[in-house]
Amino acid sequence: MPTTYVEVYEEEFERLEQALRRLRYDSNAKAVFLIDKNGQQIAAVGEVEDFDTTSLASLTAGNVAATDGLAKLIGEREFSVLFHEGQRDHIHISIVARRAILLVIFDERSSLGLVRLRVKRASAEMDEIFEEMNRKESRGPGGRVEASPFSEITDEDIDSLFGD
Amino acid sequence: MTFINYAAKEINCKIVYYGPGLGGKTTNLQHIYNKTAPDRRGKMISLATEADRTLFFDFLPLDLGSIRGFTTRFHLYTVPGQVFYDASRKLILKGVDGIVFVADSQTDRMEANVESIRNLELNLQEHGFDLASISYALQFNKRDLPNVMPVDEMYRMLNFKREPTFAGIAPQGVGVFETLKSVAKQILVDLRKR
Ligand SMILES: Nc1nc2c(ncn2[C@@H]2O[C@H](COP(=O)(O)OP(=O)(O)OP(=O)(O)O)[C@@H](O)[C@H]2O)c(=O)[nH]1
Ligand SMILES: [Mg+2]
Repeated sequence: MPTTYVEVYEEEFERLEQALRRLRYDSNAKAVFLIDKNGQQIAAVGEVEDFDTTSLASLTAGNVAATDGLAKLIGEREFSVLFHEGQRDHIHISIVARRAILLVIFDERSSLGLVRLRVKRASAEMDEIFEEMNRKESRGPGGRVEASPFSEITDEDIDSLFGD
Repeated sequence: MTFINYAAKEINCKIVYYGPGLGGKTTNLQHIYNKTAPDRRGKMISLATEADRTLFFDFLPLDLGSIRGFTTRFHLYTVPGQVFYDASRKLILKGVDGIVFVADSQTDRMEANVESIRNLELNLQEHGFDLASISYALQFNKRDLPNVMPVDEMYRMLNFKREPTFAGIAPQGVGVFETLKSVAKQILVDLRKR
């Protein structure tokens, strides 16, 4: 099997961001992140400057992967929600559309109950957006609206990345 | 799994360093971290035991500049090499774009090298990947030690598909960037072909 690609286009990206912004507002959260299961950040809203977002995405994905492994070991398909309680800040982690991770960071301005409720609604909305993305992807490279900007990458382009 | 964000104009690729315990995977990442300008790298995360053995993974994000207006990032991971951490190794291979295999050149580690390549092949298969077609580079590390096997003998024993192969001394940086560049190029060339 060749390498697989995840592609996010302008339109879906904006809709996802919008859903995240609403979730953050409705749940009174500090920040909300949408992360691909392999540890790449898809989008983030809120007080994101306070966090090392790249590390956050990678560790969250590692955490989910390890928990998925645990679930399988005891015969569960997955644990749908993870919650980590800190002294001030708390983390709520859930799966969206089976392939993305929703991470909500909140403090005493919110509550677990509220976050849980709002996450549920946002998830349903994002499921739909991901379905739309799947439809676009399944059309394959040939069926895409715009031509791939990478078909014309030259060896020089690649060498220049490494400062050769 | 190459992640292309057309809205943010970003490409993210995942490279995994694989190989037997104590072979020098973490040391490769440490050298890359030390020699990369601070504005081109993120924090290096090491989930390790008290004795500095990798427990789950090391992670180092690199931001190497842009291609065709797209910011090109590489996320480097290492797996834990110790045999009994196999469940963790499998998890880390998820969504991989390219592999660097760090082999230990010491004669008494050849069996561990062979076993680890076999393990890589199987674990890739579980994710639907094939070592024969994935971007791949091989490094013979620890060339500075006295009890090492000659390079050509190692090549015959460990080279899988004529993948680019490099002699390395990771703590001194010998071969480290050459190996990384080789696999990164293969990934980007693949991107062009698709
Ligand atoms: N002499 C010598 N020592 C090396 C070389 N590369 C790594 N080492 C040392 O070997 C030891 C193990 O290196 P690591 O990079 O931690 O090995 P690893 O492959 O990450 O091991 P695991 O995390 O257990 O899988 C460390 O003490 C390194 O300093 C090398 O090229 N020459
Ligand atoms: Mg290690």
